[in-house]
Amino acid sequence: MCLAIPAMVVEFKDADRAIVDLGGVRKDVSLALVEGIAVGDYVIVHVGYALQRLDVAEAERTLALFRELGNETPRAPAALGASP
Amino acid sequence: MKYIDEFRSGELAAGLSTAIRRDAHAGRQYRLMEFCGGHTHAISRYGLIDLLPPNVRMIHGPGCPVCVLPIGRIDQAIRLAREQGAIVATYADTLRVPASQQLTLLRAKAQGADIQMVYSTTDALAIARAHPGREVVFLAIGFETTTPPTAVAVLAAEAEGLANFSILCNHVLTPAAMHAILAAPNGVPIDGFVGPAHVSTVIGSAPYEPFADDYGKPVVIAGFEPLDVLRAIHMLIHQVNDGRAAVENEFTRAVTREGNRRAQAIVDQVFELREAFEWRGLGTIPNSALRLRPRFADYDAERRFAAPYIPVKDNKACACGEILRGEKRPQDCRIFGTVCTPENPIGSCMVSTEGACAAHYTFGRFREAAA
Amino acid sequence: MSAPYVRPLDVKRGRVDLSHGSGGRAMAQLIEELFASELANEYLAQGDDGARLGRPDGRLVVATDSHVVSPLFFPGGDIGCLSVHGTINDVAVMGAEPLYLAASFILEEGYPLADLARIVASMAAASTAAGVPVVTGDTKVVERGKADGVFITTTGVGVLRNGVDCSGAYARHGDTVLLSGSIGEHGMAIMSLRENLSFEAPILSDTAALHGLIATLLAAVPDLRVMRDATRGGVATTLNEIARQSGVGMLIDEAAIRVRAPVEAACELLGLDPLYVANEGKLVIVCPPQRTDAALAALRSHPLGAEASVIGRVHAGPGNFVQMQTRLGGRRIVDWLSGDQLPRIC
Repeated sequence: MCLAIPAMVVEFKDADRAIVDLGGVRKDVSLALVEGIAVGDYVIVHVGYALQRLDVAEAERTLALFRELGNETPRAPAALGASP
Repeated sequence: MKYIDEFRSGELAAGLSTAIRRDAHAGRQYRLMEFCGGHTHAISRYGLIDLLPPNVRMIHGPGCPVCVLPIGRIDQAIRLAREQGAIVATYADTLRVPASQQLTLLRAKAQGADIQMVYSTTDALAIARAHPGREVVFLAIGFETTTPPTAVAVLAAEAEGLANFSILCNHVLTPAAMHAILAAPNGVPIDGFVGPAHVSTVIGSAPYEPFADDYGKPVVIAGFEPLDVLRAIHMLIHQVNDGRAAVENEFTRAVTREGNRRAQAIVDQVFELREAFEWRGLGTIPNSALRLRPRFADYDAERRFAAPYIPVKDNKACACGEILRGEKRPQDCRIFGTVCTPENPIGSCMVSTEGACAAHYTFGRFREAAA
Repeated sequence: MSAPYVRPLDVKRGRVDLSHGSGGRAMAQLIEELFASELANEYLAQGDDGARLGRPDGRLVVATDSHVVSPLFFPGGDIGCLSVHGTINDVAVMGAEPLYLAASFILEEGYPLADLARIVASMAAASTAAGVPVVTGDTKVVERGKADGVFITTTGVGVLRNGVDCSGAYARHGDTVLLSGSIGEHGMAIMSLRENLSFEAPILSDTAALHGLIATLLAAVPDLRVMRDATRGGVATTLNEIARQSGVGMLIDEAAIRVRAPVEAACELLGLDPLYVANEGKLVIVCPPQRTDAALAALRSHPLGAEASVIGRVHAGPGNFVQMQTRLGGRRIVDWLSGDQLPRIC
């Protein structure tokens, strides 16, 4: 049961609630499950609650890895026992 | 949408697909189970099968909390609405699950039961505050991702002394289900697991270490987007090739080894383990589900209303059990697509969009026709 | 020459009551002061129960639609203009020039006259802008709780254009499938109100009368195969209807379907698929392959078709599946909607 999406915190409503923005759509979410969140942070939102802060450096690193994997020189099809 | 669109790039997908085809050893079968229903949905919705070589086979797992909800649990919710006149607040996902007497929550609603759809436990609390003279029961379902929001709601209800709010608790645990899959006597052989995305955000990667250590099965925790799933498959293929079994994390942008300690603490404050719980398709599993701690007995609908759980057998023709355990594919079920369709679901695998059957019917059944 | 009313209708503070539907003086006053004054035209001025129309030069087309949208007012429109646009479109996609509308109203006791006046004014504006008058109508009032404020049924009459023959049954292997613009706006405009989402820039319903766009299209491509407006159930439903009616399959390209960023984001938040979200101003078109460029150019030359695109093609099957090449490169089908599209959290 996983439908959760990253959205950017744009405004605090009080200690426990914030407005997040996803593609121009703003939604009110609870911050009861996270701490140390600042405006500008990305959080993962599930059923109206922020579950975790998104580590944007890791996000960029992951994407860079995907690009790198896509750029690797194609080899001959791997035979059994060939190392990656 | 930042941090979403980039992980859906067709160009990067082609690169990952090439890497998978290159690194999967020809002549070797890779049987990988994606545990989480969200991943089942992503695989079907994006047609990821077309980006995998034929020797990499994805087996759909039971990580769909609606799919594993036994008929008797829906019956319980309906009874509370009809017999106690309670307002039953529920996530939309449960509304069409088939229950006894040809009922669903949606049909019971059409017949006059007060069933209300909510997006959040916050909404359920608001309903309770708005109707102080009525009982409001929140149908709590979900794995570890969805449990913390319920915990927060129960604490809030206690703090404000909300006297008419309770929950019908069906929260279940991921590692217990994974054990059941691996321990099943005639279970389907599995080479590795694609681990759940957002469950892992909460529980961390540590709880999967026993599967690698004790069962010798690699686990790669994957993010929710299609590129995440492809990369996790790629990482599993490498582990299988190397004969390794470790817990690896593809979803590093949201998952750490410890997980969300604060959320875990809140859950621990409010819930305790049930000794045993019946799962649809997996039977009764010990220490696999949660109930409210004695301090919160007033908020537990099962204790508050003396609403016992009455087990109900699945329809004989329904193969949901075998499908949830990965032993059968949806198209292997006798009634798939004929009697059992999303309009007329016989079992829960067809109701939830994350269920293997609904996903295959909705997104993939053209493959049989083309074959 | 008006009937003697003791005082004018209190539009500002008055409410619909049962006497407005009884057929007596109160009803006559409501019709005269609120409806006929706004929708004014030669037909209504005759004051008869029906309208005498000219004899058109060609086959008649008639279409009818009931409008029960809730809420009645939404970003980009209201039930009034929606009911005018919707029926004009139903007539126009048959290949006919819309000529006249009839409108019947079911009003709920207690509904504010001020809001009713806004709705009727909106209908009048839409009707005038489209050049299609409301020539006759009816009003009924039901007890409080028996209607959702206002229900409107509109019926449209038009005349089939010479040489035009389109039908959902005419799609053929090799034909091109086009879409006149971005999708999901009407449904999400409504959803956003219901679900307390707020937007930086609100999503506006795309409700529009499409007969001008259609006329431009038909002038360039008179041998069009299929034209349909994608309303409830979204583009997905329209494509499946055509595939079934014609006994064909389709292959569409996800990347070619335009979804505005806030619509995509709102759908993402609510767990909805834009392909199934209602539109009220978009056309799905099927044309012979050699006509593709002409069709696209004609659509794009009109303001309501500025973002038109080719989204796929028709093939022979097997099965009447609408297959889609996802942006990831894999394939899936875009199936019929089952039940109501319920938001998912899973």
